[in-house]
Amino acid sequence: MKIFKLILKNFKRHKLRLSLTIVGIAIAVMAFSLLRTVITAWNAGVDIASPNRVVTSHAVSFIMPLPISYRDKIAKIPGIESITYANWFQGVYKDKNQFFPRMAIDAETFFQVYYEYKVDTSLYLEAMKKQRNGCIIGKKIAKEYNLKIGDKMIVDGDIYPGRWEFEVVGYYSGKGDPKVDETWMVFNWSYLDEQLRQSQSGRGGYVGWYVFKVKDPNTIAEISEAIDKEFFNSDAKTKTQTEQAFNQSFVSMSGAILSAIEFVSFVIIGILFLVLANTMIMSARERIREYAVLKTLGFTTSHLVMLITGEAIIISFVGGIFGIAVTFPIVDVLAEAFARIFPIFIVANSTLVIAVSFIIVAGIISSLVPLYRSIKTSIVDGLRHIG
Amino acid sequence: MKIPFSYTFRSLWTRRLTTAMTISGVALVVFVFAAVLMLAYGVEKTMVETGSEDNVICLRKASQGELASQVDRDAINNIKTYPEIKLSKSGNPLASSELFTIINLTKIETNDMGNVAIRGVEPAAFKLRPHVKITEGKMFELGINEVIVGTNIHKRFSGCNIGNELAFGGEQWKIVGVFEANGTGFESEVWGDVNRFMTAFDRANVFSTLTFALNNIDDFSTVKKRVEEDPRFNYVELKRERVYYREQSEMMAGFIRILGTTITIIFSFGAMIGAMITMYSAVANRTIEVGTLRALGFRRKNILSAFLFESLTIALLGAGIGIALASFLQFFSLSTINWGTFSEFAFGFELSIDIIISSIIFAVVMGIVGGFFPAFRAARLNIVNALRAS
Repeated sequence: MKIFKLILKNFKRHKLRLSLTIVGIAIAVMAFSLLRTVITAWNAGVDIASPNRVVTSHAVSFIMPLPISYRDKIAKIPGIESITYANWFQGVYKDKNQFFPRMAIDAETFFQVYYEYKVDTSLYLEAMKKQRNGCIIGKKIAKEYNLKIGDKMIVDGDIYPGRWEFEVVGYYSGKGDPKVDETWMVFNWSYLDEQLRQSQSGRGGYVGWYVFKVKDPNTIAEISEAIDKEFFNSDAKTKTQTEQAFNQSFVSMSGAILSAIEFVSFVIIGILFLVLANTMIMSARERIREYAVLKTLGFTTSHLVMLITGEAIIISFVGGIFGIAVTFPIVDVLAEAFARIFPIFIVANSTLVIAVSFIIVAGIISSLVPLYRSIKTSIVDGLRHIG
Repeated sequence: MKIPFSYTFRSLWTRRLTTAMTISGVALVVFVFAAVLMLAYGVEKTMVETGSEDNVICLRKASQGELASQVDRDAINNIKTYPEIKLSKSGNPLASSELFTIINLTKIETNDMGNVAIRGVEPAAFKLRPHVKITEGKMFELGINEVIVGTNIHKRFSGCNIGNELAFGGEQWKIVGVFEANGTGFESEVWGDVNRFMTAFDRANVFSTLTFALNNIDDFSTVKKRVEEDPRFNYVELKRERVYYREQSEMMAGFIRILGTTITIIFSFGAMIGAMITMYSAVANRTIEVGTLRALGFRRKNILSAFLFESLTIALLGAGIGIALASFLQFFSLSTINWGTFSEFAFGFELSIDIIISSIIFAVVMGIVGGFFPAFRAARLNIVNALRAS
């Protein structure tokens, strides 16, 4: 334990430098964790996908519509439990920055397929089925815009031009399930369709994509193939894939940006390492003489290793823990700010594991140069050394 | 009496390993800072310059981009007769009604499917966009299934060479040429005869957009007003082409900028702390030196400036290396989805004088902030105590 005592004594020598180093490491670790969290949030849609849900969309792009007539043809395929469909409606609510998913859905079947989305009472669902322009909103949206049952939501259409008026008839929530995105607004597809048939007859009778639940996840490949084959020679070819793959395709669209963030997060680790190594090299330079004295007193190389590497690891560890500790409150604040872009914004365990392992590795690597110097210097040269 | 510069350089050289580390730290931060700005500028340049100053684009109101836009043949034929529109030598209006949609092609790099924009154009399109030039092969012929591909499509997607056939709209299309467009967004598109495309895609009388040139761009507001006041065409809106493409780029470039700046600011704290550690230690290690300098008659402000100069030198060297590294990024290009059209477009890192200047200023600020307190501390040392220090 003598060594540990010496390490502690060494810490007291340059309090300012020590605290700067710890702060530097803490900032780097925090920045790293934040960036990794952004990446995880981006991929969250993939992680929360249900293993037995499958999406059929237009083969070229999910933004191209499919005829409503496909529904019955898909439903006939054996192994499908329930099927629903949706249209991405978007539009502008209040102003362009108020972004949250707004979709036209089939109230009858939507909550069967998205079984983890719980409508608060069956009354709401009944009201939704009865009221043509009724809409159901996620708990988060209700809270954020202070929307109550009976309130009007005016949306200015962009994909579907015009002024649309919806009435809130109910809420849905995840009932504590973190995988449920509580920021959707959903309304009746039939309402959208009848409006379109009146104003732009060519656009009626189309849906954005079909989503269905299968009885057995092992049959997905077979079912997907059967569906795509069914429509292979029609005008609108389909592409059927698991919900996970469908969500993944959104993520890979921004692939370049994600890779850039990933790259930058590792550059940060480089900076962390530089700050720490810098401090270690300085201390070693100042202590060459001491090391010579220690050697004279009979301390061996392994003692020096423990002394120097131990110091580096302790510094980086303290800084790292400090950095991880401040990450959590910051992520909480950002989660509020990013609520609409990233409905799920939490620090993943993998992030913590990577951060901690980097901290330890940085501690070891940054002590290599000072170690080498202290071991290489002969006692005589060491005693002669002027820092 | 000023402390000679050689003193600064020698001091840095004596602790070369530490100096090198601090310089690398600054260089990394400057590199990331410059890279982010270059990326955002690259997106902007590629997109904004796609539009020309003199052109006007007509889209469906509130459509986010050309893909969702729909303009009827009636509206197009009517607008084409406006007297403000520039005429070609043969007396036809310089206007191109266009069909814009996306198809799937396989990326060479990843073997994934990517969305590629295809644009049906009228011959006038090449006069409206003079930067579009055929570099290989020939121009497509009107009335038959021939297309030309932008150079990015040619490079990034498989089966996009001259002589290959593409399958879309239920027909086969022969690639007869490759074109460049000065690095703008058109290089990520496939072009063909609009009338052939309209038939293939079964679009009846609904085009996506109309682009035309005005004799005098100042007439834009007149023309815009005339369209708006015509009850038959109240569903379309006119935009200056350049403005339209700037809006398209805003979302992406803005996102990159916000994210990048946040990252860089966090980074710069790390680098400043690194510089501070270096400079504080330099002061602590050289207490006797500082005492000696003061005893020799150098003043406090000389000491202050000598130490500040030291950290500035580190910052500037770091900036130089960082910018040099970042300039190599210009050889790389990225492709991403344009959220306005849902098609892939390729863009590169673009360096500009502004970015270089911003990076240098950024590094200098880091150097001054990181070096000021240590330098101040050195200047404040008491001569007698400093000389006594061990």
